[in-house]
Amino acid sequence: METKPVHFKNVSREESFGYDRKTLDYIRNAAAHGLYEIRGMGAKRKLPNFDDLVFLGASMSRYPLEGYREKCVTKTLLGTRFAKKPIELDIPITIAGMSFGSLSANVKEALGRAATEMGTSTTTGDGGMTPEERQSSKTLIYQCLPSRYGFNPDDVRRADAIEVVIGQGAKPGGGGMLLGQKVSPRVARMRTLPEGIDQRSACRHPDWTGPDDLAIKIQELREITDWEKPIYVKVGATRTFHDVKLAVHSGADVIVVDGMQGGTAATQTCFIEHIGIPTLAAVRQAVNALEDLDMIGKVQLVVSGGIRTGADVAKALAMGADAVAIGQGVLVALGCNGETYYQNGALHSAEADYTAIGAAAGFCHHCHTGKCPVGITTQDAILEQRLSPDVGAKHLRNYLKTLNMELTTIARACGKQNVHHLEREDLVALTIEAAAMAGLPLAGTNWIPGQGF
Amino acid sequence: MERLTFDLATTSLRELNTFLHTDAKAGKVEAVTVVNPDGAHNIAVGLDCPINVEVIGHAGYYAGGMNKSATITITGSAGTGVGENMMSGTVHVKGFASNGAGASAQGGLLVIEGDAGLRCGISLKGGNIVVGGSVGSFSAFMAQAGTMVICGDAGDALGDSLYEAVLYVKGSVKSLGADAQFEPMTDADIATVAGLLDKAGLDHDPKAFKRIASQRSLYHWNADANQEY
Repeated sequence: METKPVHFKNVSREESFGYDRKTLDYIRNAAAHGLYEIRGMGAKRKLPNFDDLVFLGASMSRYPLEGYREKCVTKTLLGTRFAKKPIELDIPITIAGMSFGSLSANVKEALGRAATEMGTSTTTGDGGMTPEERQSSKTLIYQCLPSRYGFNPDDVRRADAIEVVIGQGAKPGGGGMLLGQKVSPRVARMRTLPEGIDQRSACRHPDWTGPDDLAIKIQELREITDWEKPIYVKVGATRTFHDVKLAVHSGADVIVVDGMQGGTAATQTCFIEHIGIPTLAAVRQAVNALEDLDMIGKVQLVVSGGIRTGADVAKALAMGADAVAIGQGVLVALGCNGETYYQNGALHSAEADYTAIGAAAGFCHHCHTGKCPVGITTQDAILEQRLSPDVGAKHLRNYLKTLNMELTTIARACGKQNVHHLEREDLVALTIEAAAMAGLPLAGTNWIPGQGF
Repeated sequence: MERLTFDLATTSLRELNTFLHTDAKAGKVEAVTVVNPDGAHNIAVGLDCPINVEVIGHAGYYAGGMNKSATITITGSAGTGVGENMMSGTVHVKGFASNGAGASAQGGLLVIEGDAGLRCGISLKGGNIVVGGSVGSFSAFMAQAGTMVICGDAGDALGDSLYEAVLYVKGSVKSLGADAQFEPMTDADIATVAGLLDKAGLDHDPKAFKRIASQRSLYHWNADANQEY
């Protein structure tokens, strides 16, 4: 019997690198809507980060401390340059600025309670200070933002420090936005805006335009607070070396550098993914600037943008940061992107609510919709009940405790009695990219790409 | 003690401001005169009591910034950000004002008898501003609430991205910014202008003013419109 070979229809599965499915999806979306995409969270692309560094633990040439019990100081002082009352924290891990408006009032209260228990600070965010937040947070940093929403001299006087926000790592050069779903009556009142409008925050401060002006603005804030409170200046990481120098010249006590992994509640995706430099590169530039000006130990550096673990904290400190600020990690600790939420003593599935907003647990960046399935980034009266301040504060306290334990155990392994004694010499890089950005030798070599020769 | 004089040629600014925040707030004086200001920045900032402060001469940046309740008069001209983020009270400039006058003011009354520079009333959040002369470009940019009365002319892009603030201009407007539009004057508008002119002590015919407010077309994202963001 004659047999014929079997022929299968050949379906091409060759994906284009330049026009991969993500790009096809982007173009279709643009064609369908005529508007850029707005979303929450930070850069999702693969970037050199703190995972690309490792510590050189103590061995023959260094002497370690016992991992659990031996003294390892975590006390952190911020704002020692000019302020009469510097900020004194028990741990060098602070909560980044996130607004009431982007977050529910319950979440803001949970942040304050956990931070107070752990002896650290929280930060207000765009949209002003709520009484709940002031009450729950022992050390509260009050942001002065371009929009000046709800900015009020009484709150300036009530704050423990003022943070002048120039930019944010997720969107250097861009202002914030809060879409109508989240502009509830209370949020609208605090921001002096009509309810339900798609709110655009300004990208520039209204009353100063450059570093020389900023110096006078900072002096104004000092005069108003009778030189008591530290003044922080926060910059999104771009030309960090120069920006940090100018911020120091402007009279800042503390510089906050937010790298491109830093999150947002609502920003154009093209900003999140394409503007700014990775945190790793920014830390090094910031420290170089402070060294250049002989300001190490006089002006403190806070680093934020993709700090997730105790190892990240330790690496940031070893590179020269005095403290870190965490936003997204904090939200994840509260339940962000989780499959369930805890309410009335039981766990409930959030799956259907993720589906309704076109997301899924683990992939959600839909903070901008105001329909957070786990009740964190919302102003909805029903959804916000899904995160109680009690449960939130407990989880956040545990998260901060874990980070602090990891930080101290790493410091001890490197032979340090104080986490602030961690130093650059304790670190090496695993990739050439990280080595070049962080200015650290590639592991096993003395090669720092871009330096020497 | 009724009136106390501070000479900034011999007394530090910090001393003046600390006095205004503490002793003046405690009611120890009713009025303070500041002489020889010599353009110093941050004069009488963050006041929080109904005191009367008179600055004889020119002030630098942020004079009367974040004022609450006080009445501050500057006999000369004022630098950038005069009366910025004022909550209540009055800041009265007899001369001219530089850029960003009354920026983000949430309440109170800012009077500038002369001209004001760029971005006058930017981010206004409920305060009232009366300018006897003209204002520069980008005035009332993103102004959210409150009222501006401009007795002279306005520069380019007046009221760009306005929210609910209302502007009245007597002279010419070089150009309106995105989303701003002229609207007819109602009796209520005329009364508002008359009231503010009266408070400012300026003599103009309130009927001669034009009203400018937001078209509110930028309040919501609209995929079918050509975006002007």
